[in-house]
Amino acid sequence: MITRRDFILYTMKGIAGLALPLTAFEILSPNKLLAAKGDTSKVRWAFLVDTFKCVGCGFCVKACKLENDVPLDANVTKTWVERYVLTKDGRVHSDTPKGALHGFTTSKIDLGLGKFQDIKKEDIEKAFFVPKLCNHCENPPCVQVCPVGATYQTPDGVVLVDRKWCIGCGYCIMACPYGVRFFHPVHKVADKCTFCYHRITKGLKTACVQACPFGARMLGNIRDPNDPVSKIIRTERVGVLKDEYGTRPQVYYRGITREVI
Amino acid sequence: MKSHIWRPLYVVIGLVVLILIARQFLVPPSFGIHERGYMYGWYRESNVDEWKKYPVSYMSEEYCKDCHNDKYAMIMQTSHAIIQCENCHGPAGEHPSNPPKLEINRSREQCLRCHFPLPYPSSGRANIRGIDPEKHNPGVECSMCHNPHKPKLEGMK
Repeated sequence: MITRRDFILYTMKGIAGLALPLTAFEILSPNKLLAAKGDTSKVRWAFLVDTFKCVGCGFCVKACKLENDVPLDANVTKTWVERYVLTKDGRVHSDTPKGALHGFTTSKIDLGLGKFQDIKKEDIEKAFFVPKLCNHCENPPCVQVCPVGATYQTPDGVVLVDRKWCIGCGYCIMACPYGVRFFHPVHKVADKCTFCYHRITKGLKTACVQACPFGARMLGNIRDPNDPVSKIIRTERVGVLKDEYGTRPQVYYRGITREVI
Repeated sequence: MKSHIWRPLYVVIGLVVLILIARQFLVPPSFGIHERGYMYGWYRESNVDEWKKYPVSYMSEEYCKDCHNDKYAMIMQTSHAIIQCENCHGPAGEHPSNPPKLEINRSREQCLRCHFPLPYPSSGRANIRGIDPEKHNPGVECSMCHNPHKPKLEGMK
């Protein structure tokens, strides 16, 4: 039998409970919190590659390796240059011997395993060079898969690897759709392009941008409307690699075709 | 509840407490969820500064031109002005203290990076003059005849 006192108490509790809006039970996500506060970061680094200007000299690859202590002879590199030769029979030939560390000093396409293919000049329809590096994606899949929190994105958009934290499991190397990550043969951790974070935060150019004689590589801040790179990305026709993956890559290319993957 | 249930439970609770105490000492305070949330922002924040402290090796021609102003002035007059000193001379680092002497790359392959003719349409490479390395004085360093700081044919040694 319910007493008068209990009935009033239950009623009051019930009304108080109903009065609580559903949103009070929602767990705040840091993402939404950040959006509500407004993104305070004034810098978001982005890269621009002009494939019309690239001549495939490979000075960028060499500078990157020496600057960032990647062994020259090891078959790993943070940046590399690919050559694409499209012939009139509709075939795509591409190679990147040693990541173009020594440039392209032959017209023969390196097929691997010591085999080479010579392509006649008159068969070429299109041919060009495409420098590649980490895309420092807005939604980096490599960061999502790290089980120990060793790889992350800085507030200015650069994806870095914590060498003390990395356990070398290699998930990130498998997760990257662009294949830019590798296992560092000396440090025994996952490694990748850092946009030369130690240089750009001091106001210097990245090693590859500085070494490029032709201005094919540029780094800029897309949050700054007056930045030359930001202007080109906003006003000219630029493309990104593997857009369909939804990673929102931040390395923009001028003059690439669908054959470039 | 009976003691045979409580006793192992105490052990488990004790273990959990021990792990939580150990975690306080082992995990650095800057490790945690940062701005971009758990998915992208779960990391040790002090690592950002560790990356910023990484040493710079390539100093750019601005670093070279004060001491080697004669060579700098010479190459600046030519089409090779776009090439950084360190592309051939190697990274300066803390030169002249460390390394005291830079190793110059005078190999034919170094010149062929640009001067092997590849007439690729829509690539800048097609506009650079090239030589056939198998016919043009094979086995000889290019700098035997050409001065890379003065590449025009009038500048030949």
